[in-house]
Amino acid sequence: MRKRGKGQGAGGTRGSPVLLLLVLLPLAFLLLFYFYPLASIVGLSLAPEGRLDLAGLVHLVRSPYYVRTLWFTTWQAALSTLLTVVVALPGAYVFARYVFPGKSVLEALITVPFVLPTVVVAVAFTALIGPRGVLNTVLMEVLGLERPPLDLQGTLAVILLAHVFYNAVLVVRMVGTQWANLDPTVVEAARVLGAGRWRAFWEVTLPLLAPSLGAAALLTFMFCFTSFGVVLILGGGRYATLEVEIFYRTVYLPNLSLAATLALIQILFTFGLMSAYTRVQAWLSVPRSLRPRQVTQRSPRAVREWMVLLGALLPLLALLLAPLGALVERSLTLGDVPFLAHYRALFTNPRRSVFYVPPIAAVRNSLFYALATMVLSVVLGSMVATALSERDRRRLPLARVLDPLFMLPLGTSAVTLGLGYIVALDEPPLNLRTSPVLVVLAHTLVALPFVVRSVLPALRSIDPHLREAAAVLGASPWRVFREIDLPIVARAVGVGAIFAFTVSMGEFGATSLVARPQNPTMPIAIYRLLGQPGVSNYGQALAMSTLLMLVCTLGFLLIERFREGEVGEF
Amino acid sequence: MRKLVIGLVLLAAALTACTPSTPAPTPTPTGPRTLTIMTHDSFDISEETLAAFEEANSAKVEILKSGDAGLVLNQAILSAENPLADVIYGVDNTLMSRALEAGILEAYESPLLAQVPDHLELDSDHYLLPVDYGDVCLNYDKGWFEERGLRPPENLEDLVKPEYKGLTVVENPASSSPGLAFMLATIGHFGLEGDYTWLDYWADLRENDVLVTSGWEEAYWGAFTYGSQGEGDRPIVVSYASSPPVEVYFSGEDFEEAPTGVVVGDGSCFRQIEFVGILKGTPNRDLAEAWIDFMLGTTFQEDIPLHMFMFPANESAALPDVFARFAVIPEKPAFVAPADIQANRETWIEQWTEVVLR
Repeated sequence: MRKRGKGQGAGGTRGSPVLLLLVLLPLAFLLLFYFYPLASIVGLSLAPEGRLDLAGLVHLVRSPYYVRTLWFTTWQAALSTLLTVVVALPGAYVFARYVFPGKSVLEALITVPFVLPTVVVAVAFTALIGPRGVLNTVLMEVLGLERPPLDLQGTLAVILLAHVFYNAVLVVRMVGTQWANLDPTVVEAARVLGAGRWRAFWEVTLPLLAPSLGAAALLTFMFCFTSFGVVLILGGGRYATLEVEIFYRTVYLPNLSLAATLALIQILFTFGLMSAYTRVQAWLSVPRSLRPRQVTQRSPRAVREWMVLLGALLPLLALLLAPLGALVERSLTLGDVPFLAHYRALFTNPRRSVFYVPPIAAVRNSLFYALATMVLSVVLGSMVATALSERDRRRLPLARVLDPLFMLPLGTSAVTLGLGYIVALDEPPLNLRTSPVLVVLAHTLVALPFVVRSVLPALRSIDPHLREAAAVLGASPWRVFREIDLPIVARAVGVGAIFAFTVSMGEFGATSLVARPQNPTMPIAIYRLLGQPGVSNYGQALAMSTLLMLVCTLGFLLIERFREGEVGEF
Repeated sequence: MRKLVIGLVLLAAALTACTPSTPAPTPTPTGPRTLTIMTHDSFDISEETLAAFEEANSAKVEILKSGDAGLVLNQAILSAENPLADVIYGVDNTLMSRALEAGILEAYESPLLAQVPDHLELDSDHYLLPVDYGDVCLNYDKGWFEERGLRPPENLEDLVKPEYKGLTVVENPASSSPGLAFMLATIGHFGLEGDYTWLDYWADLRENDVLVTSGWEEAYWGAFTYGSQGEGDRPIVVSYASSPPVEVYFSGEDFEEAPTGVVVGDGSCFRQIEFVGILKGTPNRDLAEAWIDFMLGTTFQEDIPLHMFMFPANESAALPDVFARFAVIPEKPAFVAPADIQANRETWIEQWTEVVLR
């Protein structure tokens, strides 16, 4: 480890009391809105009459089923993560190294899957790979078959495919951001020294990308590990993750004691994984020489480069954009209605329902929650990341425990935490049980890890010598931050902000528990429409989904535009 | 830097503009009182009906929705010390025993119960009062069967015959309330013991390639030939007896007959009855009673079919035209006692899962 000169302190923000202060506010947030409600609900579930009731645990130990469930949960998540990385990495490379027309729109579009409700994705998948879907129809035509050759309904393949569909953007964006600033001359040097293309990738590029790749893979793993909708809906009941079991035990076969035990196991597992990851991560990340994007990125020139570009992008785009296209198509054509009929129907309330929500209001509610979540999680997340980026462990004791703590909400069942809020936050001054504020708080808990994981690798990649040099040359601490840290970190903060926005736009579980029915978000409006028979309702749900995609795409483009305008290109 | 400031100001402005309109949080003592009702996602009512109650009682009604009925009940039980609401609506006969055992309710014998048929009144102590009911039944796509010259199914037994192989989609009882109701229909119809039990039936159904989805939405919109507009390949689905009139209603067209049919053979449906009750410790007992009377009165009851797609419990409530013309009510739905459901639900669902899915 590098020895730190006194120039280190010249940044002014690096003293340990400051670090502690930085971490204190986010920690208080976590204690109040995560650990306290969680402890309340787990306590109440395991000891309903004040006496410990371990029936759930006994049941658990006796039944090999739960061991099998934990095993399935783990390996399907690992496999999904591997597939996601393999599918998305070429895309990350292309987005990092090339400039081409339509790039920012494509980047926004591939983020859209992240916000789509699972029910809607199931509709899109059925349209593409269902028994009467596009793929089977084509195969039947081409091969002259009587029956559809592919039966993917309720198979593991569909679950894996959906996990890739949802999470590929994590790898593209998080790895792509770091890749874009990687000094290409390092790889060139390796090549000059005789390394082949692959060897240079394996031994030079990949280790340099390890921090962000690790972060993206970890988040993907956590999402697949706690996968709920995908496994429940696309798996057709044959497969169950721990999260699905928790849901069953909370809602349909009420056994809260067992549900709480399962939730605890899931959290402990998450904590173990995060601790291991944190250690590896801190060890992997070394300061590196970074180059601005203008130097690393260019338009593809030779035909070969265009081939690489298309070869890397097409499979990814096919997988991510075809389902989106299928949804839009169905929202227009379902039930042979006149043009935009389902969209127009969204604006009417023929039954004069109390709960009718004009689409504009749903858009407004969603945007409110998403923007508030974004601001809150970027502020808190940047504080956490700055404190955790300190390399000298003596300056921030407990860093090894703190880092995984902030990741725990990702491994926590939404329905468990939702019930926790109802039990714990029920008295003034924290009577928030039915307050819209609670939605923002719940979303921020989930969004926080994204900000931390996006920003931390960027902060750690800054060479402290840069700061020292600037300070020596007489720059004020503020100026050091503005001229050195900010340009490098801004892009990573932007990625974190986009994910925070996205998490909130698409979140359904916690929102449905705490949102007042009069202020539904777009995903809730979609579910509400889907819950009623009648082709018109189905069509309106698809129209609302298309609106959701549109609003998100515009949102991503705007966030991106704003950030680039503010802090020059790096 | 200026851009950043402008950006932040714009963002702040956007946030303020977006703030969901919430009712003023500080109720003044002189203002109208607020009655809070906790219920499931499917609760709905028309603006006029709600306004009528609010005016007559000079009160404000606040409605809290939180997911499925099972989750709502769990929330009510967990928050018993400090109740979320004054009234709970939507506890059905599969959940009522749990609600009664938890002791979270206050009894109220509404005078309007006189207009409700006895067979809907499952709680003789009047902690839970019936508001509406609906039958979970098999629906089928009439056009699909006509096209192929195949006779639509008439009872549960038909589904396991070879000519109906691969035609049925059902919902998982572990994650869906119609799925649970249909499982209970098979229990009520085939019984737990004997030569051919309900589990034998499900084993045969599995042999006959039954498709299981997690919820009603996936079954009806994804797999049912009519609901999915041709993309699914299952012409028989577990849905409600009220689905055909609702299909007609939302199509906006004038049908001679409904496009989907209902299997109403004896013992092939399960009746869900939804109840309302007063939560223990409410400071608004009089208002809560008024609300229950209101829910059982004809104004509200006549609103039920087209808002919640259930049938009114009050016999003097008139059905809307589309229900009167297209709805069929099964005469003899299968019956399983609420106490048995409560005692065995977990076991039954586990047995079902073992036989059908593993």
